[in-house]
Amino acid sequence: MRLPRWFHLLGSPPFVYGLAGRLVPWLRAIAIVLLLVGAYWGLAVAPPDRVQGEVYRILFLHPQVAYISMMAYVVMAVSAGIGFIWRIKLAHAVAVTAAPIGTTFTACALATGAIWGRPTWGTFWQWTDPRIMSETLLLFLFLGYLALRAAFDDRDKADRVSAILAVVGVVNVPIIHYSVIWWNSLHQGPSFMKLDKPSIAPEMLTPFLIMIAAFTVCFYWLLLNGLRGQIVERERDTRWVKQLVGGREA
Amino acid sequence: MSAFGAIVRRDVRVALRRLSEAANPLLFFVIVATLFPLALSPNADELREVGVGVLWVSTLLSSLLALEGLFRADADDGSLEQLMLSPVPISVTVVAKIAAHWLMTILPLIALVPVLALSYSMPLAALPTMIGALLLATPTLSVLTALGAALTVSLRRGGTIVGLLVLPLTAPLLIFGTRATDFGLHDEPAAGPLYLLAAFAAFALALGPLAIGAALRVGVE
Repeated sequence: MRLPRWFHLLGSPPFVYGLAGRLVPWLRAIAIVLLLVGAYWGLAVAPPDRVQGEVYRILFLHPQVAYISMMAYVVMAVSAGIGFIWRIKLAHAVAVTAAPIGTTFTACALATGAIWGRPTWGTFWQWTDPRIMSETLLLFLFLGYLALRAAFDDRDKADRVSAILAVVGVVNVPIIHYSVIWWNSLHQGPSFMKLDKPSIAPEMLTPFLIMIAAFTVCFYWLLLNGLRGQIVERERDTRWVKQLVGGREA
Repeated sequence: MSAFGAIVRRDVRVALRRLSEAANPLLFFVIVATLFPLALSPNADELREVGVGVLWVSTLLSSLLALEGLFRADADDGSLEQLMLSPVPISVTVVAKIAAHWLMTILPLIALVPVLALSYSMPLAALPTMIGALLLATPTLSVLTALGAALTVSLRRGGTIVGLLVLPLTAPLLIFGTRATDFGLHDEPAAGPLYLLAAFAAFALALGPLAIGAALRVGVE
């Protein structure tokens, strides 16, 4: 079987560096527009909630951030796994770039959740709530990944060892998630991820989905942007990077 | 299979010659369990309430301490490389080393649990469930800590990091282990969480050695 040319090119650092460079301005523009539209729609246009009043408007921030935090872990683990199995350095570079972004989104999800929990549940933090627990454990998994990487001097070794941890972690995330769900829960049941009719007013659903799209694009913008830096750092001894940064060839 | 037995016998013999090293986690376990009543309250009713959690968390921490250096000595003197060069699959070697370590440190620890549980004035009737839950949960725990040890085998100071890597992954064990023990404490059927612990053990013993072997291969090269 012959693989198409672009598939080989995706393993080439200069090509991906250029491709990411061309995509980043577009992703940035789309992310900013979507964020502004979604935020305006959610904060100003959508009607207040019958039970929660105006407080509910964090609905247009908190679930999206939490969703991206989990997506970031999957992106990190899948690319780390690809890098480990097929020894593709670029895949490792993607995993390394996704880790701090995911950590930040996870921390933000916990913070926005605490801010939302205070007025509605009357508490910032509830130890028995499964989603808070699995999000907290996700944060620890991210931090463990970063700590393991930081302990190695040899980048190649750090790539491969941390890839194993990321893959083991992604196998464990569903187990951890369902284990803590069989505790008792404060969270409302899923209202958006149901396949039948979502239990939310359409005026609220539209900005909710716009914000999900906005944060998804935002994640990939940050990922590709960081990836370019990661590529240049990893390839700093190659001729094309030296030409790129304008230095003379050594 | 004979290779499996040979590795287990060899590791048990090595551990027997360094008994004090094998005893350290046990001592740690007893000391931690002794500190909690000092910190919380010596009241028997309150101790009975917290006892389950304290003993489970102490088990978790002691096993972390015990397995942190599981591959370190063998990696330092080169015998780990020889084991990996041998025709025996690396997964078999890994399971054998974990089994030997479990026999030498975790099993004595579980044997100590009834004594400590009684000192926390937990009822005798709850003990079989707690021991059963520990017997089912500790193989998974050993696989997870062995993974942490394998990931850090080439680091001089891996000790503190292993906890960061492994402890978040042990949350399901803690949840269902304490839940089973609680059921036993209140005379309710504990089969549900026990089955789940058994399922985790089967899952961990089937897939864990592959990950541990991969980590060791990266570590020793």
